[in-house]
Amino acid sequence: MALLEIENLVVEFQTATGPFRAVDGVSMKVHEKEVLAIVGESGSGKSVSMLAAMGLLPWTAKVTADKLTFNGRDLLGMSSAERKKIIGKDISMIFQEPVASLNPCFTVGFQIEEVLRIHLGLDKTARRKRAIELFEAVGIPDPAERLGHYPHQMSGGQCQRVMIAIAIACNPKLLIADEPTTALDVTIQKQILDLLMRLQAEHGMGLIMITHNMGVVAETADRVVVQYKGRKMEEADVLSLFESPKSNYTRALLAALPDNATGDRLPTISELFVDEPSLQGAAR
Amino acid sequence: MTVVLEARNLVRDYHIPGGLMKKAKTVHALKGVSFSVEKGKTLAIVGESGCGKSTLGRILTLIDPATSGDLLIDGNKIDITKGDLTPEMRRKVQIVFQNPYGSLNPRQKIGDILTEPLIINTKTPADERRERGMAMLKKVGLDEKHYNRYPHMFSGGQRQRIAIARALMLNPKLLVLDEPVSALDLSVQAQVLNLLADLQDEFQLTYVFISHDLSVVRYIADDVMVMYFGEAVEYGSRDEVFADPKHSYTKTLFAATPRADVASIKARLAKKQAA
Repeated sequence: MALLEIENLVVEFQTATGPFRAVDGVSMKVHEKEVLAIVGESGSGKSVSMLAAMGLLPWTAKVTADKLTFNGRDLLGMSSAERKKIIGKDISMIFQEPVASLNPCFTVGFQIEEVLRIHLGLDKTARRKRAIELFEAVGIPDPAERLGHYPHQMSGGQCQRVMIAIAIACNPKLLIADEPTTALDVTIQKQILDLLMRLQAEHGMGLIMITHNMGVVAETADRVVVQYKGRKMEEADVLSLFESPKSNYTRALLAALPDNATGDRLPTISELFVDEPSLQGAAR
Repeated sequence: MTVVLEARNLVRDYHIPGGLMKKAKTVHALKGVSFSVEKGKTLAIVGESGCGKSTLGRILTLIDPATSGDLLIDGNKIDITKGDLTPEMRRKVQIVFQNPYGSLNPRQKIGDILTEPLIINTKTPADERRERGMAMLKKVGLDEKHYNRYPHMFSGGQRQRIAIARALMLNPKLLVLDEPVSALDLSVQAQVLNLLADLQDEFQLTYVFISHDLSVVRYIADDVMVMYFGEAVEYGSRDEVFADPKHSYTKTLFAATPRADVASIKARLAKKQAA
């Protein structure tokens, strides 16, 4: 059985100029122990579809889907109290800006223990012990000391490690990483990706990587979904996506990589990929 | 070829004054960097955050003085602490910043953004300023109708075009580009890189391209300098550096860059199967 199943997901935002369709009929499945990458440019609806699945969108968003289930349970129909028991425990998420997603007013130790207290109900000593274990698991040196630090005392890479520690604190079945390395240096990016892949293999988690970096996709994913203007353009396993992309958009995306440049000019997506008339206006 | 920019042993220290509880400290942000760039060429400066590449950018754009060492632009030695900074000198060097959302004033119209450098640095009359602003907009691939709009009405790629247009208003010889495409999407990135290449050909511009994205650097640079903790650990032509990196940090950097080719995906999947 698939861990997360999404069928025909539509997300609309109410704006002053009428409804804006950010996600338009997207379907996807994530299986246990699978790494799925969602690729797309900004505005392709890749983050919004995941936020919709987690119920984290503001009230201006209208979410409809034929099917939206996690582990066989319907996520759309359930009450917010029920959903809160799943979110952060069985499904957790890592965000793009590690420094901004931690609360600057509390120590990182408090923030990780908060998750353990609310979802697992551990007592004080057990919480501290588990927090130290988690910090060790994500490779933070001197964990006992680090628990007392505030986010501003740590580097971007260390903050992202703290975020990952918080996300895996309750051994989630599904981890959603929304551009986890975009704000980081290349060398740190490599470390964080290696860490995520190691944790995914060790805990047997399902992992969704939301990214716009084709290199990150190539290095991590089993299966890839390509999105453009709220629509799914292509779904394929990682090798066939890079070897023989089916949709014109994927081909254009791969050709625009500076790695693949031949000659003096980079082919741009607008030159290679003409928006189908049926798509134009669909996402506006 | 004429050398437009030359740096000899540039050093920059920042002194952090002590207080009641802590001692004064000196941060050595740049520890003696030397290089030269010829007219119409691109030097890429690569390194991770905190390696001093932005400090170097500030010195090159005459914002910050170097603690010691010589900076020569067009063969003239410049020391801004001694008042060498004439308007003519200022005009020769311009900068484009990383984040086009932060570098344009949201309360100014595009026209005002473009003509402000002319007001400050030259005595160009208003109608000519307007003309040159319009012409520059077209040059960077925008339209005259955009002249009276505000920055929030543009996409990230268009804003970066406006930032590039503003930098070119004074006909500079040297353009410092501080991560100009790292905030942009892949498709927009390709357009902006093409625009930069076109403008370089047309105006014989010299670029100092600060970046941490090696695939972009390989595409655009003639020479590459790799920096690590304030030192230039590797400096050479693009082909030399990419074919045969000497310093261990450069090798680490290359190894850490994700590869998007079929062979490395196959290798990764095979490794995963085996595990």
